[in-house]
Amino acid sequence: MAHALDAPKPGFRPSMLIYDTRFRAITIQVIVLILFLLGVSWLINNTIENLAAKDKDINFAFLWNRAGYDIDQQLIPYTNDSTHFRAAIIGLLNTLVVAFFGCIFATIIGVFAGVLRLSKNWLIGRLMTVYVEVFRNVPLLLWIILAFTIFSETRPQPRDYRITDEMVAAGEAPKASMILWDSVAITNRGSNIPMPLLERPLGGFEVQGVYVNFSLLAVIAVIIGSVMANRALLRKTRAIQEETGVRPVTWWKSLGILFGPVVVLLVAMGFHLEYPVLAGFNFQGGLNVAHSFTALLIALSLYTGAYIAEAVRGGILAISRGQTEAAYALGLRPGRTMKLVILPQALRVIIPPLISQYLNLTKNTTLGIAISYLDLKGTLGGITLNQTGRELECMMLMMLTYLILSLIISSMMNLYNNAMKLKER
Amino acid sequence: MTQSASFVRAEMLAQQIPPVTERGAVKWVRENLFSGWLNTVLTILGIAAVFWMVKASLPWLLNGVWTANSLAECREIIAANAGEGAHGACWALIRERWHQFIFGFYPQDMYWRPVLAAALLIVGLAPVLFSDNRRSVLTMIGVTGVLLLLVLIGLDGDVLHIGAVAVLWAGLLAVAWTSPGKLLWGTLAYPAIGFFLLWGGSIWGPIGVMAGFGIMVIVGRALQSRFGVVVATSAGFVTACIWWLVVQTMVTTVLHNLIPLGLPSVDSDQFGGFLLAFVIGVTAISASLPIGILLALGRQSDMLLIKTLSVGFIEFIRGVPLITMLFTASLLLQYFLPPQTNFDLILRVIILVTLFASAYIAEVIRGGLAALPRGQYEAADGLGLDYWQAQRLIIMPQALKISIPGIVSSFIGLFKDTTLVALVGLADPLQGITKIVRADINWKGVYWEPFLFVGLIFFLVCFGMSRYSMYLERKLKTDHR
Repeated sequence: MAHALDAPKPGFRPSMLIYDTRFRAITIQVIVLILFLLGVSWLINNTIENLAAKDKDINFAFLWNRAGYDIDQQLIPYTNDSTHFRAAIIGLLNTLVVAFFGCIFATIIGVFAGVLRLSKNWLIGRLMTVYVEVFRNVPLLLWIILAFTIFSETRPQPRDYRITDEMVAAGEAPKASMILWDSVAITNRGSNIPMPLLERPLGGFEVQGVYVNFSLLAVIAVIIGSVMANRALLRKTRAIQEETGVRPVTWWKSLGILFGPVVVLLVAMGFHLEYPVLAGFNFQGGLNVAHSFTALLIALSLYTGAYIAEAVRGGILAISRGQTEAAYALGLRPGRTMKLVILPQALRVIIPPLISQYLNLTKNTTLGIAISYLDLKGTLGGITLNQTGRELECMMLMMLTYLILSLIISSMMNLYNNAMKLKER
Repeated sequence: MTQSASFVRAEMLAQQIPPVTERGAVKWVRENLFSGWLNTVLTILGIAAVFWMVKASLPWLLNGVWTANSLAECREIIAANAGEGAHGACWALIRERWHQFIFGFYPQDMYWRPVLAAALLIVGLAPVLFSDNRRSVLTMIGVTGVLLLLVLIGLDGDVLHIGAVAVLWAGLLAVAWTSPGKLLWGTLAYPAIGFFLLWGGSIWGPIGVMAGFGIMVIVGRALQSRFGVVVATSAGFVTACIWWLVVQTMVTTVLHNLIPLGLPSVDSDQFGGFLLAFVIGVTAISASLPIGILLALGRQSDMLLIKTLSVGFIEFIRGVPLITMLFTASLLLQYFLPPQTNFDLILRVIILVTLFASAYIAEVIRGGLAALPRGQYEAADGLGLDYWQAQRLIIMPQALKISIPGIVSSFIGLFKDTTLVALVGLADPLQGITKIVRADINWKGVYWEPFLFVGLIFFLVCFGMSRYSMYLERKLKTDHR
């Protein structure tokens, strides 16, 4: 009997490292690894040599030296006697606060613009198209600088608000007046808005230079409690609806649960607004918001809003027409069709691009240095870097912070995305 | 039975026109503007917004002044023409300073060089943009030539230059007419031509660099049949590196001493305005696409090490803002390179902007690759194609087609981001030049005009790119809907 023999197994030859696909992958990877390691060690070697030539070392101790510069906008206490580290934290908080409000405003603007661009109204559709195209095709830096220039060069000086006795006698009006029922004054130095204050605050204590405010904590706790109570109410309503087919009217209960406790708490703590008043050469009292913040926020919101509008429009268009028709066939009104059928499905398409827009907005806050907004780039990567001359350390810390920030935002949004995702079996 | 009906219509009635509210402009207005109370409110709000914008900007535009020497003079002329207290645009600023917005501080008597470089760029782009449309290519080259001649006449009127350009364009048109494919060689040589025209210096330097690429291709071709693509390409690359690092300088020095051809050299810090934006934008755009493709392939690769490196690179770049990359270029690169290396800030910025853009493009192309059905890969394997053949012939043409909108919007973003170079001290049109112009005592207090001018040019370029991407999508569409 003749047995089919196995093909002869050739021994290993060096040429197989190139020609045999099994080994070629390993060869390539080994070569790449060697090149990569060589490149990295070359860079590190250069860095060490350069540092030695400049008589420098890598040392983060400078973070605990006195910063010696002032920052206009500070969310936690800071003076020029504080450390560089605290200045960096202030900068990070400034980045976060502008990114936070920017994301909220950009989402609101974007959703409205995106939905309105699809509206059957010809005029509004065209206007929104113009808005989206104009903002998407012109650099963000232009919007930031333009907004800042308009604020700081066209607004009146504080002294223009003054009313003197002669003017009263002559019946003249001052050159400028406050807006919104005498509560907001926008001068060329900044915007003065009313500041919320408490007469009977709950106090607080300080840990490691961070002030823990009990009043704020109480308000947050009450709001969270209200939201949970409201959800319980809605769950109960839904149970009743599923059982009887009739949904009880709940909107006034929801309103009461959501806003009642907070209002009661605020009244109990003596909540009131402190209005800005012209005193001397500038406005006193109230909250002074620097124009760099306002301009950055407006420009970022409008610019990112245009991108979000496109994401929203794309998401709604991605839902097939059949869904709308099916909803109409079931007798749903257009508004409810949008709310119950189209938007929940469109949201799945919208969220991924929305995440990347939030990330872009956060990264774009660094453009604030063009108008001297002291965010993380302005403090740690700007003044601190220039004062201490520690480029490597400052840039490394800054890049790391932005990287972590990006990762946190994208992982949070991915969690939300997974929760919203179509559950397939 | 007799019919008792006294009248039976024998012929059809002519179709009646619909009632007045159901036709023409009235119907359109009813349906599109006033179809419900919400729509009516929106329309009224829209009309109010348009009215307000027109009311605010129209007098300002109509009162515009084109000839004046300072803002104060502008305001006097406006007050004299339109009455006290009237607002008006002072375009005289643009008229006086347009050359700084366009060319920065480039020597005035050499403006023909960037202009010629821009025109040649369009010629180089024509066969790439409209690959199968000879008429579009011819039109594009012809129109560019006419514009170029007009600009040159307006700029200096040097008869020699104009004559040379006319002859050159006649030649280009002849090539485009007979064999448009040959124009692609011009496209490939453009980097050297553009560099030579803009920076000047000896002509042999750019030729030497291009010769390196020629050597790479020749060596690669010669070895490809025996050793396969990867080995041949690597060998070609190594040979070219040896040429660039060791041989080239000697050869070009000898050639330069024998035949000293060249243009007066222009320093990088004289670049500015839109010239700078275009140099950075065009270079980074054309360099980031191939790097992005390689990164996307690396991210899809089965080889763990290559995949890890690609993912790490892409995620790092995408996680940090562009500004930190630019500051790396201006502050940190000196630490990473051998001591005493000091090369041009513009080049450093271009390199980092290219790396930045390539990470974003890699992600866009990865989306395109992921959207391809698995069957395409399997079919390529079934045909017996190797990895690079499959990528070149089957995968990439389809993946790139899917990712066109994303790639173009990355390019638009990159072009807009060139304005950020002002923050590391380069004179970009938006911040660098505008700041200089607004610091002039004559023009202090002017803001709308320069921003509008710069914004308009950016808008035209970016909007043009997005329209072209729509054209390309339509052209490449193969499915039938």
